Amino acid sequence: MTWLEPILLTIVTASTPLLLAALGELICERAGVLNLGVEGMMIIGAVCGFAVAHTTGSMSLGVIAAVVCSMIMSLLFGFLTLHLLCNQVATGLALTILGLGLSGLIGESFIGEPGHKLPQLELPFLSELPYVGRLLFAQDALVYISILGVILVSFVLFRTRLGLIIRATGDNHRSAHALGYSVRKVRYGAVLFGGACSGLAGAYLSLAYTPQWTEGMTAGRGWIALALVVFASWRPLRLLLGAYLFGAVSVLQFHAQAYGIALPSQLMSSLPYIVTIFVLVIISGNKQLTKINTPACLGKPFRPDR
Amino acid sequence: MRTLLKLATAAAISLGVSAGMALAKDKVKVGFIYVGPVSDHGWSYQHDQGRKAIEEHFGDLVETTYIESVSEGPDAERAIERLARSGHDLIFTTSFGFMNPTIKVAKKYPKIKFEHATGYKRAKNVSTYGSRFYEGRYVLGQMAAQISKSGTAGYIGSFAIPEVVRGMNAFMLGAQSVNPEFKIKTVWVNSWYDPGREADAAKALIDQGVDIMVQHTDSPAPLQVAQERGIKGFGQASDMIKFAREAQTTAIVDYWDAYYIARVRAVLDDTWSSTDTWGGFDKEMVHLAPFTNVSQEVAVKSSQTRDAIQSGQLQVFQGPIIKQDGTVFLKEGEIASDKQLLGMNFFIKGIDDKLPE
Repeated sequence: MTWLEPILLTIVTASTPLLLAALGELICERAGVLNLGVEGMMIIGAVCGFAVAHTTGSMSLGVIAAVVCSMIMSLLFGFLTLHLLCNQVATGLALTILGLGLSGLIGESFIGEPGHKLPQLELPFLSELPYVGRLLFAQDALVYISILGVILVSFVLFRTRLGLIIRATGDNHRSAHALGYSVRKVRYGAVLFGGACSGLAGAYLSLAYTPQWTEGMTAGRGWIALALVVFASWRPLRLLLGAYLFGAVSVLQFHAQAYGIALPSQLMSSLPYIVTIFVLVIISGNKQLTKINTPACLGKPFRPDR
Repeated sequence: MRTLLKLATAAAISLGVSAGMALAKDKVKVGFIYVGPVSDHGWSYQHDQGRKAIEEHFGDLVETTYIESVSEGPDAERAIERLARSGHDLIFTTSFGFMNPTIKVAKKYPKIKFEHATGYKRAKNVSTYGSRFYEGRYVLGQMAAQISKSGTAGYIGSFAIPEVVRGMNAFMLGAQSVNPEFKIKTVWVNSWYDPGREADAAKALIDQGVDIMVQHTDSPAPLQVAQERGIKGFGQASDMIKFAREAQTTAIVDYWDAYYIARVRAVLDDTWSSTDTWGGFDKEMVHLAPFTNVSQEVAVKSSQTRDAIQSGQLQVFQGPIIKQDGTVFLKEGEIASDKQLLGMNFFIKGIDDKLPE
């Protein structure tokens, strides 16, 4: 058991940023907006979080800054796609490119500055439980937020009126509009939520995962988050499973290598991606399954006529 | 009066022109192409340190420019040509993938001098240069074997290319010179730069009981993990002491300053010719960061080893060396040729890991 605990802890660390970013994108896509700018928003979150935490010395201010800055990025995306009805795919890609470039500019003076790590919040008594105590109850705040976020999103999406409205907007924006809901407002909300979550994911990278700022440190995690949403067929609990599966595969392959199990490392590195493609093939092969879950208006612009 | 004016203008123009010509001769314009951002705190950063060293050394005699984050491919050719067209006399292209574009542009501009890092294609106006980083890794191996209590180092590799394999073998040779039973556990992350994955790999290695961390990837993340878990490690490409004050024992630092200054000097003196330079400690192209967090004994022995390699007294790859599969690589006393080193694609005896194919 003692050897298992550190492995599981590493898996939690590897999975959390994916889960956070994917959770935001899930809500976004449920409302019918495809935001491919996750990577860009995430890295802006990472750099702003690091910069503010480093300058002020306050970790919570850093996290807040990350959330706010990523939300500003997502607001830009919202304005372009929801107001000006730009193509969502192209705008999302542009957002990623913008984010990557802008983050380099902002972060220039923070390169090579050592960072501080988010403190672990140890819940009294619970963290002393044998076996699972440290694993479940001695993590940093963002890990708790990611797990609570899944539960909350799942609850809101399927058990509340607000969730119904979000899903209706994503599935049929004309009807939602006809029923008197402001499609644009709902989508703005979803896009902003997506930005906030990407910001948290970015903050997790630069303040907890590897407490430092270096250019391009997201290294494609935003794209994995996007794939995860499809992998999870737009269901929050499956997203939790997917993110941890992904994290587990990428961490376990390192352990296998260090243990001397002779597996080709290139194959191992690509395993998470192969699994994603495999799942994509399975779910898109099954028309019924795709139809039930894919938001019908995903990526389609909406112009309120009246 | 009119003729006088004309004469005066003519004189002024000719003066101006000759002044301009004199300037062009005295002043060397040096351009750099980097594959990454200057701020990567690793490979490109160190090349840019070299550029700054030139400016500092020559002052008004040089003018330098650089283009950063140039991807290896058609973009590179355009970037190099841009520098060539804007009147640069000497252009450094600092990544392996710039080899063919450099040769191509050099053909079009025979008067301009080019320097390509880590490549093997030369021309009349194209030199190549590289660095024997493996010499530093030998010292690291010796240190690791002295510091480690478990006798096992964790080694994070990027890609199984000769450069990395050579480094691993050199490290092992160094370690074996202290402790013949020394072992390494290897993890390949298949990336030069991904802080998250590098950190995960470091954690996996430490979980499996290694107590010293070596990396051939560029981010300081593994060293940070080492510090967090209370073990020691080595920095890569640049001095990473700021990231791990209690963990970094030394770092292999790419050091181009001396070479760059020498090459610019050659252009100024008009003695530049196409050369192939592969230098290590001897040519000051590899540096070791100050020894920290180690005993006096280790530090002294390490600097002695460093000096011995520098003076040529100690050869890193000198026989007898047996390959992993038991065949002989070098007989007693035999020294590896550069060709053998450049194409190294096997592990030496003592490394248990299988080379990924």
